[in-house]
Order: sequence, then C-alpha cells, then structure tokens
Amino acid sequence: MRDVFIAGIGQVPVGEHWETSLRHLGAKAILGAMEDAGVDRLDGLYVGNMLSGPLNQQEHLGALLADFVGQRGIEALKVEAACGSGAAALRVGYAMIVSGLAEIVGVVGLEKMTESRGPETTAALAMAADGDYEADHGVTFVALNALLMNRYMVEHEVSHADFAGFAVVAHANGVNNPNAMFRRPITAEQFVRSGVVASPIGMLDASPIGDGAAAVILASRDVARALKTSRPPVRIAASAFATDALAIHDRSDLLFLDAAARSSHKAYEQAGIRPNDLDLFELHDAFSIMAALSLEACGFAPRGGGVRLAQDGTIALDGRLPISTMGGLKARGHPVGATGVYQVVEIVQQLRGDAGRNQLPNPLWGMAQNIGGSGASIITHILQAPE
Amino acid sequence: MELSRHWRLQNQRYRLVGEVCDTCGVKIFPPRDICPECSKPAQELYTFSGRGEVYSFSTVYNAPAGYEEYAPYTVALVKLVEGPVLTAQLTDLGETEPEIGMPVEMVTRQLRTEGDQGMIVYGYKFRPALAAAV
Ligand SMILES: [Zn+2]
Repeated sequence: MRDVFIAGIGQVPVGEHWETSLRHLGAKAILGAMEDAGVDRLDGLYVGNMLSGPLNQQEHLGALLADFVGQRGIEALKVEAACGSGAAALRVGYAMIVSGLAEIVGVVGLEKMTESRGPETTAALAMAADGDYEADHGVTFVALNALLMNRYMVEHEVSHADFAGFAVVAHANGVNNPNAMFRRPITAEQFVRSGVVASPIGMLDASPIGDGAAAVILASRDVARALKTSRPPVRIAASAFATDALAIHDRSDLLFLDAAARSSHKAYEQAGIRPNDLDLFELHDAFSIMAALSLEACGFAPRGGGVRLAQDGTIALDGRLPISTMGGLKARGHPVGATGVYQVVEIVQQLRGDAGRNQLPNPLWGMAQNIGGSGASIITHILQAPE
Repeated sequence: MELSRHWRLQNQRYRLVGEVCDTCGVKIFPPRDICPECSKPAQELYTFSGRGEVYSFSTVYNAPAGYEEYAPYTVALVKLVEGPVLTAQLTDLGETEPEIGMPVEMVTRQLRTEGDQGMIVYGYKFRPALAAAV
C-alpha cells in the first residue's frame, strides 16, 4: 500500500452564509486547499454531502463543483453516509491514492442547511434514520440520541449535569477558532438550565447545524514532496470504516457503538499505535451522549466511564486526551456532510503547529472519528505529524 | 404521496407481523428475510403479541415537518416480550409518567396526516398495559 499525505487544507467559517450559494461555499474551501497545497490540477474530486437534494434542490455535486473550481473533465462524485459523509468522501479519496488510481485528489465536505424552515431541516436529518420504522413514528435525530442518553443515565446511574464538561470544553475551545460558529464560553450551570429539545437532551447538549465547507488535498508521497508549498505534508496513517444496524432498536447492544470500536481498532492496527499514543481526538460530539459513547468504544473508558472523562479534566486542552480542540461539532458547528472534513483539517492545523491559541505542545498523533446517523456508519482516520 | 409505501407496511403497522428464524429460533421485527443473528434465510411469518416494556423514552418538543401539530409527544424503544426492540410513540398516558421498565401494549393510532386532503397514516403506538380482564 502506498502512503497518502494531506498536502493542503481549506475551510470556511461555519455559520449562516446567506450571501453564498452551495457551489460557491464548496468552491471556496477547495480553492483554499489547492492554494495551500500549491496545486492547480487535480486527478479527482470527492464531495461529502448529505442533504443537498432535499435542502438545496441540487444533486450531482461532483461534476458541478469540479467545473466551478476550474477542473472540468476530471473524475468527480458525491459520497453520502449521512453525517459521516465528509469522512466517507475522504476515505474514497484515500483509496484512490493508496491504490495508485490517482496521484493527487481533492476532498470536500459541504453542507448548506440554514435556508430551510426548522421542521423541514429536522425532517431531512431524520432521513439518516430508518424511514419506515423510526422516522415515520415521529422520531427526530435528536430524539434518537435522547433515547440513548436516557437509557445511559438510568443504566449507569449518572445525571444529565454529569455531561456538562463536554459542552463546556468544546465552547472554551471554540472561542479561539475563527472558523467556529459559537465563540463564547458557557458554564456548567448554563448547560443544566438550557431548554429541553427532546428529554433529557437540552439545547446545550446538541451541536448547532449551519452552512459550511472544508477541504483537503491528498497526494502520494512523490507528488506531495514535489509540490510548490512551504506546508509540510501530513501522513494519513490509518483510514477505517465500519457499519452497524441503521435503526438503534436493531443494535445488539444499545449503549455500545460497535462500529466505533471496529473502525478505531482497525485504525490503531494500521497506524501501529495504541489509544494512549494519541495526542488529540476529534470525536463526533453531535450530542454529549455521542462523545461519551465514542470515548468508551474507542478504548478510553470502560462502559459508563466515558462521561467521567468530561468531569476529571482528561478532555481539556491541557488534559491527557484533548478532544474538540477547535470547538468540535458543539461549538465549531455541525454542517452535517462537511463535519468529517473539518475534523481532519483541524488535526492538520494541530500537527503542523498552526492551531493558534489552542495549539497543543508538539502533538504527534491525532485521530478523527466521524459518525453517520446514530452510529450506523463510523469512519476513523489517524494522522501523523510531519517529520 | 408515498401511498404504496404505507400500504406495503400494513401487516407490520396494524398487526406487528414479523418473522421467526427456523435455524436459530430468534424472533425478528421488522421482517428482513435474513436472520440478523445467524445470517440464514428467515421467512416464516410470526405475529407478535404486542406486549412489552419501555426500554427507553424521550419527549419530543421540536417535531419534524408533518408532526408539528402533535408536539410534544413521547417516543420510546419498546422491548417486546418475544425479544425484539422497536421504536414507537407512547399514547394514552394520561397522568402516568413514563418510566423505563413500564409494561406497555400495542394499540392502533393515527401516526400523522398529510394536510386536509392528504391521507391519514395509521400504525402502532403503545399504551400503559391495562390490568388483565379475566
Ligand atoms: Zn437465525
């Protein structure tokens, strides 16, 4: 297998981009990444997106974006795995380079969510669930996470307030990220008092949706080394994808993210590292319960112990395993199909030493984990710092 | 709109018809023709009793399009006595506060309507189990 490197990154701030269309949002991120990498020609373009059909009345994003970034003629396609679409697109781009089918490709995660009415966006997001047996019963995406959280709280005898640390840390880290949607700190008290969306999940458990686009340029070792850029290439040391039952009622164990365990363990093996070797973990904190379950499945805590890491300082920037270092889904924002690429872009910033005031001291290994639906598609990537 | 999709689901929505695996014996809902436990073909129909208990629940305040008029409503994971878990709304709660472990039974209720001229979709919901009428 050939090594794959990230040669360039680009992103737009997550927020409400009323003045910018879907295609231009994506183009900004891609052109930013191409400039960062010092390239003007790609072999292929892979677009991670979930909802451009129902929310933007636009599909066929591969050809559209290739054309609008000056690459008409190249191979280009959209990749969809619900909220995991961004990392799924990265995996496809990775496969193209690893296999030798391409030398340099672009990957963009893109979503534009703020143009629709709230209930329509909520209904569109529910398409990630089982249509006949979950969504038709009025179950929202938030409600699915609420069903997990309620069971977790009862089974492990923890309170809603015990989860506050996830949101508090994410918001503290978002303050210094110019691309974050929320740049204000919150307190544990605000977390507890925030209005209920679907019991027990409150406003401050849930990540905000928004418009966003993030992109990376992937290249083989030889091509990455020859690029006209001062940016050191970052190696993708592992890429792994696993699935679980789509409907949460079909899971063999409701409170264990089997696909997170499978994909993270495959990734540790590929990278040749152990969980404790990681210097940061950009996890999928779409809801605080997801952060807890992800930490448990990836080997950082026993069952029921994930929530403890939110209380003992482990996950803060100066802790043993910093998470959501640029705000995570909770504060940077969660433009669903774009999120997986934002996570990877932020790890590249950390590994290059470009993370500004949130810079970790000389991190060597960073892991990104992007979750589609409530855990049915889970994609894990591990990145290694430049030599 | 989606008439045939809802029509196809009538045996599940109104009668909880699933399957039983004749290799390993596991009861399956919804039907999928392949056993999720042993991956062998499983096509023998099995009608569930409709009795179970609440495995988890959540009250939804921000409803999706098509369900806004019903909010707030309570959704639940219901573990059927035969084994499988399904997702459904709780209904007829009255003053009863739902809790995990609460015995429930299936009833047929309106799931949603599609406007004044649209179809009305019916299906299963679960209510607190009534005392057995002997
Ligand atoms: Zn079987």
